Amino acid sequence: MQQVFQRPVSLKDVPTHFCPGCQHGTIHRLVAEAMDEFGVRERTIGVASVGCSVFLYGYFDVDVVEAPHGRAPAVATGVKRARPDSFVFTYQGDGDLAAIGTAEIIHAANRGEDITVIFVNNTTYGMTGGQMAPTTMVGQKTSTSPYGRDHAKDGSPIRMAELLAQLGGVAFSARVAVNTPKNLMDARKQIKKAFRYQVEGKGFSFIEALSTCPTAWGVTPIQANERIGGEMIDYFPLGQFKDTAQWKPQPPPPAPVEQPGALSFPEFMNEI
Amino acid sequence: MRYDLFITGFGGQGVLLAGNLLSYAAIIEGKNVSFLPAYGVEKRGGAAMCTVVIADGEVGSPVIGRPSTCVYLNQTSLDRYGAKVKDGGVAIINSSLVDDSGWSRDDLDVIRIPMNRIAMDLGDARMVNMVAAGAYAAKSGSVALESLEQALKSVLPERNHRFIPANMQAIRAGAGAVQG
Amino acid sequence: MSQRLFVKGNEAVAMAAIEAGCRYYFGYPITPQSDIPEYLSRELPKLNGEFIQAESEVGAINMLLGASATGVRAMTSSSSPGISLKQEGISYMAGSELPGVIVNISRSGPGLGGIDASQADYWQSVKGGGHGGYHIIVLAPASVQEMYDLTMLAFDLADIYRTPVMVLADSVVGQMKEALVPNPRPETTLPEKDWVVRGRKEGTEQKIVKSLFLGDGELEAHNWKLHGKYDVMREKECRQELFMTEDAQLIVTAFGSVARIAKTAILTAREAGMKVGLLRPITLFPFPTQAYRDVTGQCKKILDIELNNGQMVEDVRLSVARDAEVHFYGRPPGAGSLPVPEELFEQIKKYY
Ligand SMILES: Cc1ncc(C[n+]2csc(CCOP(=O)(O)OP(=O)(O)O)c2C)c(N)n1
Ligand code: SF4
Ligand SMILES: [Mg+2]
Repeated sequence: MQQVFQRPVSLKDVPTHFCPGCQHGTIHRLVAEAMDEFGVRERTIGVASVGCSVFLYGYFDVDVVEAPHGRAPAVATGVKRARPDSFVFTYQGDGDLAAIGTAEIIHAANRGEDITVIFVNNTTYGMTGGQMAPTTMVGQKTSTSPYGRDHAKDGSPIRMAELLAQLGGVAFSARVAVNTPKNLMDARKQIKKAFRYQVEGKGFSFIEALSTCPTAWGVTPIQANERIGGEMIDYFPLGQFKDTAQWKPQPPPPAPVEQPGALSFPEFMNEI
Repeated sequence: MRYDLFITGFGGQGVLLAGNLLSYAAIIEGKNVSFLPAYGVEKRGGAAMCTVVIADGEVGSPVIGRPSTCVYLNQTSLDRYGAKVKDGGVAIINSSLVDDSGWSRDDLDVIRIPMNRIAMDLGDARMVNMVAAGAYAAKSGSVALESLEQALKSVLPERNHRFIPANMQAIRAGAGAVQG
Repeated sequence: MSQRLFVKGNEAVAMAAIEAGCRYYFGYPITPQSDIPEYLSRELPKLNGEFIQAESEVGAINMLLGASATGVRAMTSSSSPGISLKQEGISYMAGSELPGVIVNISRSGPGLGGIDASQADYWQSVKGGGHGGYHIIVLAPASVQEMYDLTMLAFDLADIYRTPVMVLADSVVGQMKEALVPNPRPETTLPEKDWVVRGRKEGTEQKIVKSLFLGDGELEAHNWKLHGKYDVMREKECRQELFMTEDAQLIVTAFGSVARIAKTAILTAREAGMKVGLLRPITLFPFPTQAYRDVTGQCKKILDIELNNGQMVEDVRLSVARDAEVHFYGRPPGAGSLPVPEELFEQIKKYY
């Protein structure tokens, strides 16, 4: 019989700091499982974002770089370009990725960086006490939308998985949830698929995971889970929005090494 | 006169509400006051605490290293902050939840009050903080019980004003426990 | 007696902003200042104002720049890491001579640091945190009442000098609750905002708000003009509190929350018969240099105390009389540990 709840080796055996009913922990586990499956733990470099998942290094038994708020995709770009053999993932909340880090995520995705982004959408800023996020549902009350998110004033929730799927550099984009056993199984599959893209060097892969924040939503864990299956999946449909192996241009052959004397013009002269 | 007080317990015991209430009562009496809640790192593990300074003149520091009175509402609080009370100061202990038999401070005026039991007898265990506030007010003489009643009206949202009589009973019971 | 409320320092900032006529707020959530946006997100809509939660602090400061260019009173608030992001915009606002209020409820760093109270943003605030060699006015409240009064003042100073003004506090002052008398907005004569962009009506002059000056000598003249303003501020806007300094043999100097903590230590010292006083700068820029010069005419020992590794002490050293000694006590904040009066009293004894 298969043991469903065995701890992935990429995950440390420690209690988490997440609130009861928070799904960050479940999503951590799925990511760790995928890491185990591909045997990439030892070459993985995780990039932590700023949010409730900032303690990534406390739970994943991998090397981790902590990025400034929103900048994880840029940091990951630097890591991957410097160490192309490493397996690089970012793990970001919706405030981090879809607000302050919009520029970074769009351009890392558009460049087709060979990285995997795990985007946890809980429709709020969990860590700072439940303020409005770009993914907050219309009408949802948060501590900075006390009258409910107003579509006319605050816009409507951003569907990041669909939005990024439009970009040429994106190879894979999917949205998952972990609210039911079936969705959890699907999520596990999709995350593995996203990892496979990077393992095979096929380009940028993106997973949006719907998640609960009972603390900021002010509901019980059970009610929080029900909300995912209800209004959230209605608005943020699950599934794949892009699944195309990208053609990655081969790097140009290395330029012949010139002798020092052969350099005529300093490169920077052209930039002034 | 100048009074300083440190109240600590776990989140849910109404530590901050007690501190707010005492502060507000002092303001009603025309005194100056500072109320400093702990936040962030200190809050870890569900602890709640606040420091209140009441003064006729300037408050000065809202941060106090060795407060003259500490109120301990649960065991962890005493274990962690037992050394904090100023030498010769006052410790008010919720003896329903705190066992201070192993505590080696003989310089203090220790007042043990079974706050949970008193609150429960009055019909609601959540009024532990009111018992504590009443006890402190009576012990220190920093604010009058009548001012606490007036303060309750300001601190509690209107819809909860029907609870004021019960809360006042708890406050008086706390005060009574000090004198008795 | 006038009405006394019991409010948090952060809320006092928001209340003062509203009383000062500020109806535009742009910000991004960060601890420990979120009470400010939370309060304003609730109150501004009732006043036909605008509350926008920006996509980032970079976004927020640029929204402030734009709003201010149209002539309205507007503000943003954040905490240290977010203030770093705003520096670019603050430099542009300083260069474009735009008023605006920026509140920094600072926390510990560098980097993500921690959320404990800290005074480590002193340099960043007073030395021109962004590029290009400018200053902004920096006000350092030490009580809830001052959070209110100085926020109100910040809007006036911003308009008078056409400059960004920062209110620099920490979580002690921001999270603390005290009695507050919500004074009405003072009647200040303000210069007319004839420079604002409103849409050029036929026959009126085109208005340009900018910081790029490419003409011959233009940028140099612009810089001289800005620095001329800084000199006027130095002359007219220095504010400080003197407490028991007349007969003092040791004067403690500290700003914001630390000055409050020091005050109790000074009272303890006085009880012990030691003649100790306090000089608390309220404006950090302009720095009250003259006050230091004055007190050190008589008292030759200064003890500078900061919740950092020593920043303001550099300005203190430059300000005191030549024969005065300046000592320093400070430390970066650790997990949950604020300096306490008892600790500062030990330092007073050491240098007295
Ligand atoms: C520049 C900067 N601005 C603001 C913050 C404060 N901050 C910390 S976490 C966070 C948002 C967290 O929300 P999200 O990314 O959705 O993660 P969650 O906690 O919900 O998982 C913010 C605004 C910061 N650390 N740095
Ligand atoms: S605040 Fe929300 S996101 Fe953060 S740990 Fe708690 S439930 Fe999870
Ligand atoms: Mg979130």
